[in-house]
Amino acid sequence: MKRIGVFVCHCGLNIAGVVDVEKLTEEMKTYPGVCYATNYIYMCSDPGQDMLKKVIKDENLEGVIIAACSPTMHELTFRNTVARAGLNPYLCEMANIREQCSWVHKDGEVATQKAALSIRTMVEKLKLNHPLSPLTLPLTKKALVIGGGIAGIQAALDIADSGHEVVLLERNQSIGGHMAQLSETFPTLDCPQCIETPKMVQASQHPKVKILAYSELEDVSGYVGNFKVRIKRKASFVDPDKCTGCGLCIEKCPVKVSSEFHALLGPRKAIYTLFPQAVPNKPVIDKESCLYLTKGRCGACAKACSVEAIDFDQKESFVEENIGAIIIATGYDLMDRAKIGEYGYGQYEDVIDGLQIERLLAPTGPTEGEVRRPSDGKVPREVVFVQCAGSRDPEHHYPYCSKVCCMYTIKQAMLYKHAVPDGEAYVFYMDARCNGKGYEEFLQRGIEEDGVLYLRGRVSRIFKDGDGLKIWGADTLTGRKIEISADMVVLATAMVPSEGAKELAAKLRLATDEYGFFSEAHPKLRPVESLTAGYFLAGAAQAPKDIPEAVAQASGAASKVVALFSKDHLYHEPIVSSVDEEICRGCGQCVDICAYEAIELDPRTKIARVNEVICEGCGACLVACPSGAMQQRNFTKRQILEMVEAATGT
Amino acid sequence: MKISYFPGCTLKTTAKNFEDSALTSLKILGVDLVELPRWNCCGTVYSLATDDLMHHLAPVRDLIRVKEEGQGKVVTLCSMCYNTLKQANDLVKADPEKLEKINQFMYREEVKYDGSVEVIHLIEVLRDEVGWEALKKKVAKPLEGLRLAPYYGCLLVRPTQVALDDPEQPHLFEKLLEALGAEIVDYPYKTECCGSYHTITNVALVTERTHTILTSASRHGAEAVAVSCPLCDFNLDSRQKEVEEKFSGFEKIPVFYFSQLLSLALGLGVEACRFDLNFVDPYALLQAKSLISGEKS
Repeated sequence: MKRIGVFVCHCGLNIAGVVDVEKLTEEMKTYPGVCYATNYIYMCSDPGQDMLKKVIKDENLEGVIIAACSPTMHELTFRNTVARAGLNPYLCEMANIREQCSWVHKDGEVATQKAALSIRTMVEKLKLNHPLSPLTLPLTKKALVIGGGIAGIQAALDIADSGHEVVLLERNQSIGGHMAQLSETFPTLDCPQCIETPKMVQASQHPKVKILAYSELEDVSGYVGNFKVRIKRKASFVDPDKCTGCGLCIEKCPVKVSSEFHALLGPRKAIYTLFPQAVPNKPVIDKESCLYLTKGRCGACAKACSVEAIDFDQKESFVEENIGAIIIATGYDLMDRAKIGEYGYGQYEDVIDGLQIERLLAPTGPTEGEVRRPSDGKVPREVVFVQCAGSRDPEHHYPYCSKVCCMYTIKQAMLYKHAVPDGEAYVFYMDARCNGKGYEEFLQRGIEEDGVLYLRGRVSRIFKDGDGLKIWGADTLTGRKIEISADMVVLATAMVPSEGAKELAAKLRLATDEYGFFSEAHPKLRPVESLTAGYFLAGAAQAPKDIPEAVAQASGAASKVVALFSKDHLYHEPIVSSVDEEICRGCGQCVDICAYEAIELDPRTKIARVNEVICEGCGACLVACPSGAMQQRNFTKRQILEMVEAATGT
Repeated sequence: MKISYFPGCTLKTTAKNFEDSALTSLKILGVDLVELPRWNCCGTVYSLATDDLMHHLAPVRDLIRVKEEGQGKVVTLCSMCYNTLKQANDLVKADPEKLEKINQFMYREEVKYDGSVEVIHLIEVLRDEVGWEALKKKVAKPLEGLRLAPYYGCLLVRPTQVALDDPEQPHLFEKLLEALGAEIVDYPYKTECCGSYHTITNVALVTERTHTILTSASRHGAEAVAVSCPLCDFNLDSRQKEVEEKFSGFEKIPVFYFSQLLSLALGLGVEACRFDLNFVDPYALLQAKSLISGEKS
């Protein structure tokens, strides 16, 4: 029998206020297997831990029970202390007599009895514990960043600057994301051409960054430190090695379709680049609209290309990469505007969304920075901006605040006023939420210097009136109904996770919230990690956020990856399941139930095999195993039965 | 195809033009509406305005009648009946306790209600059972050149749970009228309130609403208004007399039940359309559009 020591913590009055710690200690002293018992006001304090270390040595203890708070609070603390005293840390167990006892009971006597039972239960478990050591895993020091918007670019650069290789995956033909579509950015009004393109170029020139544009994630297997990813490189029908990026093919292409980059407000060709500073700046052919690929005629681009870079027979291809950590930076999209029926989006051409007006304001946009409305190209004299279109509307759309609309609306109204000085800009708002550095000042500047008119209230209906629009709304400050005639309306529609984020989350088995934003491990203390080891989050993929926030989170995620890569091996908790090969009959029920895909049947022996580094020790396979061959280290069936007997007093 | 039909009080009294034109048209379209025997009041506004179960007895009793006929579906023409029957049905379907309580009042009924009847509106029959394309093919006299303003009122699209279409921007009515060959006018008042039962106690209010709705429709180019609710029809059609007295320069505008336009487009003749029961005379307009000849029934 082991020499076991029991240490009862008072936790100030948290435990001692209810449980009679003196009586408990005395009782424990006589329990079989326990050779030492004491109590102390705060076991987790430095003096408490010093005492623990001293007693382990003086009494030559072989096992330790700390009767205190939940193991999620301090198990690690005490196991480290025990290890410093020379004892294997897995011979230290905690009995939870705070959350599960003193905090939920009023009657001291009953609580003291229950605490005694809890401790005895853990003593019985401890008697059968084995010393364990953490499992070590190899580590591939190469990161994958999914999504090449500003968050993905920033994360990739930070990791690369620390000397590690990064694969930057982007489904469009150029990195840059939504930021590249913006006219100017708040609150300093610098344009993305000035501040984002240098980062894009940096990424493309960085020796440690490999950009895989026009590519999508096909499959991921493995686990933290040891992912294997398969990436689909979509057929672009242009050989990027031969293409010089001269643009002659684009000029010659006879097909014109709506440009996604211009938010459908301008044309593009069937062979196209996203924008002049695209990275990589090689065109791709859109196979849906290309005449040669759909009807087998034309080929104007191929004729124009002097280096024969056009390859209509190109097929999609696949590349595989070994990856140690993955950052999700898939960004956002705007909600489907047609869902807000009363605003007539889709019915009236001059009701546009926040990204569309960015293109109308941008010098690189379809109107070259002149604000002209979509229906007839007229310069709008009166523009109404509607904030919270779909956001903060739990009954109909999304209950959350999209966070960036207050700021981009004032920016857009301001830029509109700069472009059309005699125009009038009205903003319907619920609250103006300007809680960033320089944001409130920016709002005030828009109102005071540029004369943007703010109306507190919501819009109930937008409809066509002559060749313009009429807007019905409420001004809740005066309590009046308002009717405004306008030439154009801009809806600040809610931000939602980008298209395909749901499928990606399913593929990676990552948790999302109910709207599809990727869930962080802890909302306050672990905001850049996902719940699954090895996955990190950056930017609007996790929640609506603006550029400075997305960049900060990207750098945070990158630093987590770099910290992971700073070790030579990874360590994994050794409390995992193991198979008694002599009993296993190969039924495979454990394989089916394992949520982590950590178990497989050996194809030759037909016996279950646990991949210990993937096993999370949840215990589901133990329950599923009909023969009792599945056991979990330090949670064996025998241990659990002994614990039950101790708990029930049989 | 036979479907149980719940008429409700108005269809047998002030909205005879609605019922007659609808039933005749449906026969042509191969839909046979079989009127429920022993139907009673749908509950009207009482079951919508109060939370107690007592006011839901009437609609549930009507649903029992449908079960008694061995039918699983009941169609209404009146928007109010649609709304009350459907809401009462949803209420007991979602809450077995309330259903049980209501059934305790039904001790004289042979059939216990189980929430299984489906309540539908005539427009749904036209959409789902007939279909817009098939309807288009049956149109003998397209309503070409007739500019119509569809008016939904509230009961077909609110509350959201019983809405036939997007409550804020419905298009169902437009699709129907387009299938009949008419031109649709977009105007902002198509789902705004007609004043409803205020028409009994506050005529001035309803007069003002009617004026606003109809002038908006005319200003956007409408020559007539199409409705589905007898109460909307009363307010928009009959109250034009008061509107005319109060607002100088107001020009009357015909208001049709959609079923009347259906009959007209199907080529069933003026008698079937029952224009004689409309308050604002539509003959001049229809003659001008060559949709009817000089006759007046």
